[in-house]
Amino acid sequence: MTIRIPNLVKTPASLSAGPRIDAWAKVTGQALYADDIRWPNMAYGVLVASPYPHARIVKVDLEPAQAMPGVLAALAGPGSVAPYGIMPSTQDEHALATDKVVYLGEPVAAVAATTLAAARDAAGKIVCEYEVLKPVLRPGIEKENPGMEPVHPGRLEGNLFKEVDLEFGDTAKGFLHAYTTAEDTFFYQGSAHVAMEPHAALGYWTPEGRVELITATQTPHYVQRELAVALGIESYRIRVRASVVGGGFGGKSELFPHEIAAVLLSRACGRPVKITLSREEVFYAHRGRHPVSMRVRTAWNKDGRIQAMDFRSVLDGGAYASYGLATTYYTGALQTVTYTIPAYHFHGERWYTNKPPCGPKRGHGTTQPRALVEVHLDRVARALGIDPIELRRRNLTPAYSVTINQLEVGSSGLQACLDAVESLSNWHARRSRPDPDRGLGFACSAYLSGAGLPIYWNPLPHSGVRMAVNRDGGVQVFCGLTDIGQGAETMLVVLVAKALGIKADRIRVYTADTGTTPVDLGSYSSRVSMMAGNAVLEAAQRMRQILKDSVCAHKGVAQSMVVQDGELFYVQGDEPISFTQAVLWAEEDLGPLTTFGAYTPPKALGRYKGAGVGPSPAYSFTACVADVSVDREDGRVTVHHLWVAHDLGTPLHAPSVEGQIRGGVVMGLGEVLMERQAFNPDGRHRGPHLLGYPIPTIRDVPPITIAVVGEPDPRGPMGAKEVGQGPLNPVIPAVINAISDAVGIDVNETPVTPDKVLRALNQKSRRKGL
Amino acid sequence: MSEGFVELTVNGAPQALWAQESATLLQVLREILGLTGTKNGCETGHCGACTVWIDDVPRLACLTPVGSVAGSRITTVEGLGAWWEESHPSSHYHPVQTAFVEFGAVQCGFCTPGMLMAAAALLRDEPLPTEQEILERLAGHLCRCTGYEQIVRAIRQAALTEVKEL
Repeated sequence: MTIRIPNLVKTPASLSAGPRIDAWAKVTGQALYADDIRWPNMAYGVLVASPYPHARIVKVDLEPAQAMPGVLAALAGPGSVAPYGIMPSTQDEHALATDKVVYLGEPVAAVAATTLAAARDAAGKIVCEYEVLKPVLRPGIEKENPGMEPVHPGRLEGNLFKEVDLEFGDTAKGFLHAYTTAEDTFFYQGSAHVAMEPHAALGYWTPEGRVELITATQTPHYVQRELAVALGIESYRIRVRASVVGGGFGGKSELFPHEIAAVLLSRACGRPVKITLSREEVFYAHRGRHPVSMRVRTAWNKDGRIQAMDFRSVLDGGAYASYGLATTYYTGALQTVTYTIPAYHFHGERWYTNKPPCGPKRGHGTTQPRALVEVHLDRVARALGIDPIELRRRNLTPAYSVTINQLEVGSSGLQACLDAVESLSNWHARRSRPDPDRGLGFACSAYLSGAGLPIYWNPLPHSGVRMAVNRDGGVQVFCGLTDIGQGAETMLVVLVAKALGIKADRIRVYTADTGTTPVDLGSYSSRVSMMAGNAVLEAAQRMRQILKDSVCAHKGVAQSMVVQDGELFYVQGDEPISFTQAVLWAEEDLGPLTTFGAYTPPKALGRYKGAGVGPSPAYSFTACVADVSVDREDGRVTVHHLWVAHDLGTPLHAPSVEGQIRGGVVMGLGEVLMERQAFNPDGRHRGPHLLGYPIPTIRDVPPITIAVVGEPDPRGPMGAKEVGQGPLNPVIPAVINAISDAVGIDVNETPVTPDKVLRALNQKSRRKGL
Repeated sequence: MSEGFVELTVNGAPQALWAQESATLLQVLREILGLTGTKNGCETGHCGACTVWIDDVPRLACLTPVGSVAGSRITTVEGLGAWWEESHPSSHYHPVQTAFVEFGAVQCGFCTPGMLMAAAALLRDEPLPTEQEILERLAGHLCRCTGYEQIVRAIRQAALTEVKEL
């Protein structure tokens, strides 16, 4: 086997390597997160949670709380607001439970007081009586328990939230003519985002009847829309601003009960009300990774090429819809973006259960199927006697092609990603001379650079930018995007500086405010660089033309006579003209200078039901090799090294690119080895705190070698694609494949904890003994 | 619940404040003194975001009853630069602050104040810490964004800067 030479690892140049624009505010304690904000006369709100996963509410008595010192208002569910939900077709939530509670931790009442301590004391006095019902704790449990009340009674489908079935090509024929077939099943455990900042919101119902909401959110526009539905008032009366956000990862992407409760309590008491969730409440508010049971079957020809794939997923959705409709489709959408699959059948189901609602977490619905597909391909490679990387190479989806499920794949550096990690990890040499109980595993993946369709159907731009240049020579950029820590604001500055040819310190950005900024749909689906990036480039190009026009007019020369280099305009045979001078001339000619830019993704190709989930302007690609050892005595897995190659087109801001890759990879490491959002039979979270739900610490992180590869994407802003989510996905299967390589066990469940490793090792030795 | 006056020195300024004795130092810093740079990530001592110095020792403010630190000197992230400036009048900022900015150690920034307080205390105790020492001292500080590497890099860089200045 030839070893590919490292000069194939080509690193595209980053547009900027300077510090983030918000870094100084964050290291000096100046950055204001939602819980840091205090308004005059502000009250504190606290929620009262259900102690049962499934129960009818018999009575909620607010009076004892209302009698407590300092209490300003107390509320319970019935009549408080209309049902709402992020997906317009599945609006099934209320701010405070009305007749039933459907998960333990669901808010049933809320109280506001002059101090947080008073609000907490009063919340403890609210008396709730329940009629306890049997909890639905996993999909299909009602089959064994006839007569069990469904989570949401009155639905014909019972607890089945959504069932989708898609077939592309003739899958049956693919299996009929196969040289060989293979099948695997897998359970991918649910997990939580664990952004370091707990959710917090400050709501104010003003005396004029307007609503102000400052909140830790990834999606101010959607929160505004949902809040209008929930409160039954016009959107324009609501202003939603995201504070500085202390991490999101998908967990702050829709309207939450505490945000509505803050506004309702404010309406009731006339003061601004802030509600900050405790860490425990965050674990129950959830919206994290769905637990998914999966089965994959594949048909192969004798050259190791996929002929057909049949993929089934069953999602445990928790108590509400959240983004679950999209999640269900996503578990079947991107299999074809990495591999050419001539015939593909996908069946997905999502079920309601009496647990905190699941939703989108980094990798949204693609992480779970990717784990199974990559583990499965490794086993097929073993069975066919083909090197695992070589097997993938034979099946890669080519750049600029259309998949069987009608996804338009554009630029692809997947091949380069494979080559990079193969050579950097010294794959072939190490695989041929393994140390005892030590192994190497490989996996690759793809992700969207923004969802092709918005959450609610509309033909409007997905991102808008308004740009102003003032006579002081400063540039203002207004855009609804939300920096949740990924560096979105810095991205705007990098692109504007480049497009206008100016110094970055001339630029100020104003973001995430439905009252002042044009709509951007939010920080989800890795869409911000692609969409806000393209929008801001359009605004900048228009501004550049305006300035050039004014230089031409004031100098009386043709466009071709003026050249801009950096901040100077050169007119043949004349002194250079400064940027500020050009701005003054333009303002003299036109008045205050404003331009607009907008971005709408290209139309998706698919015309089938469900075709809206999966299309993207461009896909990122990632490959990963993991080097692990397994302790046969205690079952512990040690990851010694990870090599990760990611194709993101043009890197816009080097520190953010590195941060997103490392952060995503380490989050993947947590999911594969330690994290689980799991529940006791009484519906209680097994450990709703950072001791009971451990995440990787600084001591859990192995050396990670990163290669950034790829070519500029024709649709990306200056060629950029996504980096926020993709790098997480291959880590999980790469580690599992490495464990299999190390000690020859097949693990079919995450997280791969020592007990599962020991069990698999025992089964293996028993099989040998027989 | 007993209430009373508590006297503290916070970032060099003497403070006398009325508080419940059971109130935590974190609550007092954030709610009474308005020093919101110190973050509340879990209130159970697991995340490290609330780390401040109590008499120059890094401690979890969320687990510290304010009554137990009466008379103590408290330093928060807002006072870190001034603390450094006392001995290095040429700079308003501690080298770890500068290094976190320059080496990409900040993303969402919520863990940052606690990380900075731990890192600055480490560098005071160990001007040139080994990687192992950095990992040990930061093991109680969770970060969900960075993957930690850039934080280690920034602390090593800050150490080098500091040593060069000596």
